[in-house]
Amino acid sequence: MLAKRIIACLDVRDGAVVKGINFEGLRQAGDPAALARRYNSEGIDELVILDVTATIEGRRALARTISAVSRELFIPLAVGGGIRTDADAAAAVDAGADKVSLNSAALADPPLITTLANRYGSQAVVVAIDAKRQDGRFDVYARSGKQAASREAVEWAREAADRGAGEILLTSIDKDGTRSGFDCELTAAVSSAVSIPVIASGGAGTFAHFVDVFTEGRADAALAASIFHFAEHGVAALKQHLHTAGIPVRL
Amino acid sequence: MTTVALIDYKAGNLTSVRKALAAIGAEVYTPERAGDLARADGVIVPGVGHFNATASLDDEWRAAVRARVDEGRPLLGICLGLQWLFEGSDEAPALPGLGLLPGRCHLLDAGGQKVPHVGWNTVDIMPASAVPAGAVSAGAVSADAAPPGAVPAGAVPTGAVPEHTRALRGVTSGTYAYFTHSYVAPVTAACVATTTHGERFAAVVERDHVMGVQFHPEKSGEVGLAILRNFVALAEERREGRG
Repeated sequence: MLAKRIIACLDVRDGAVVKGINFEGLRQAGDPAALARRYNSEGIDELVILDVTATIEGRRALARTISAVSRELFIPLAVGGGIRTDADAAAAVDAGADKVSLNSAALADPPLITTLANRYGSQAVVVAIDAKRQDGRFDVYARSGKQAASREAVEWAREAADRGAGEILLTSIDKDGTRSGFDCELTAAVSSAVSIPVIASGGAGTFAHFVDVFTEGRADAALAASIFHFAEHGVAALKQHLHTAGIPVRL
Repeated sequence: MTTVALIDYKAGNLTSVRKALAAIGAEVYTPERAGDLARADGVIVPGVGHFNATASLDDEWRAAVRARVDEGRPLLGICLGLQWLFEGSDEAPALPGLGLLPGRCHLLDAGGQKVPHVGWNTVDIMPASAVPAGAVSAGAVSADAAPPGAVPAGAVPTGAVPEHTRALRGVTSGTYAYFTHSYVAPVTAACVATTTHGERFAAVVERDHVMGVQFHPEKSGEVGLAILRNFVALAEERREGRG
């Protein structure tokens, strides 16, 4: 049976892992390669390296970090942050990324999704959607949650899939960093609307939150950062919990 | 050092496969021309994406790959590369596959679950009785291949480590591997392991030294590396057996 994936996100700035609350107030959490190694040994299913400040400050994803991680870990590795052109994507892929995650660039230039899907295959193209509740809708934001994109999340996810995206990485801005649980309503709305996998992100605080997002939220995968970084909850313990709750996971 | 030819026909990026092979100590090269395959101890056909991409593997490439197989060199197809080992695929009906294995690939019928099939799924190893003995016919599709219905539905019990497949030597039945695909190869006599996502399909095929994996061994952690090691070890044995 296809397992629900647990994905660890390494938000990286200047070569170090950081994690913010509601995208602000970044604090230090460690060396990306060392952290990736630890997660791998604990049974993480996939890694995402996100250059959190890249889009704002014009930096590209950290090729050296990607290369170091991909040289020793043989699980899927996605890279996002600052990927604006096919050349940026090529740099990440050449460094060892299996997938590139597009956010602001896909909103600004939707055909880029198709260009990259044609070049690397849809499985290599993740469209990241940052959504915020607004009057009963889910509004999409660009530039690390700073700029309203005048798009609705479900409709944008559908378009991204039609244009060749292989997966949707869906983050609730309202929930991000709060540890109050995933936005299951948002996740279920998007997951039901597309046939490609949806990775839920933002709000993981307890093991029960993961159970909720895999059942109620219909997520195919769940991503978290801070819950893993500070070793409060091990990946292995989380998976055991999910297994006991009847959620199929890779043990 | 065992030399593996990794064929780049522009179906996806090969960095991950290259890195995994480097990690297990194989020497990897990407042949520029079909003739460059002659020095390969083993040949890997990777690939993701549309079956149309295999059109680049023209008659000259196909002949060169078959020649290596006829000389006893192991061949490993990964993902789209596995599908190419068959006669063809519904994804690009006009395009012939390599045809070393009988059967055609088709769109995965996931029974209402999501397609593409993306993520970690279990690899259930077939019982020994389901794997036919006898030499692989490298020259043509063998006419006496068992139809899908003739294959037992059972699997080696989860947790068991079978001895009858070289590709999966040391691999535990029921282990997880990482998949990303929409089309699948049928469960035929060449199938040594299956995976189920709605329908049951070929996860690993093996006919003597012709092997294929639908999942990505380069992205399947230790299990994936073990399978690549099995392939490279076979390539090394065959090389040393060369007179």
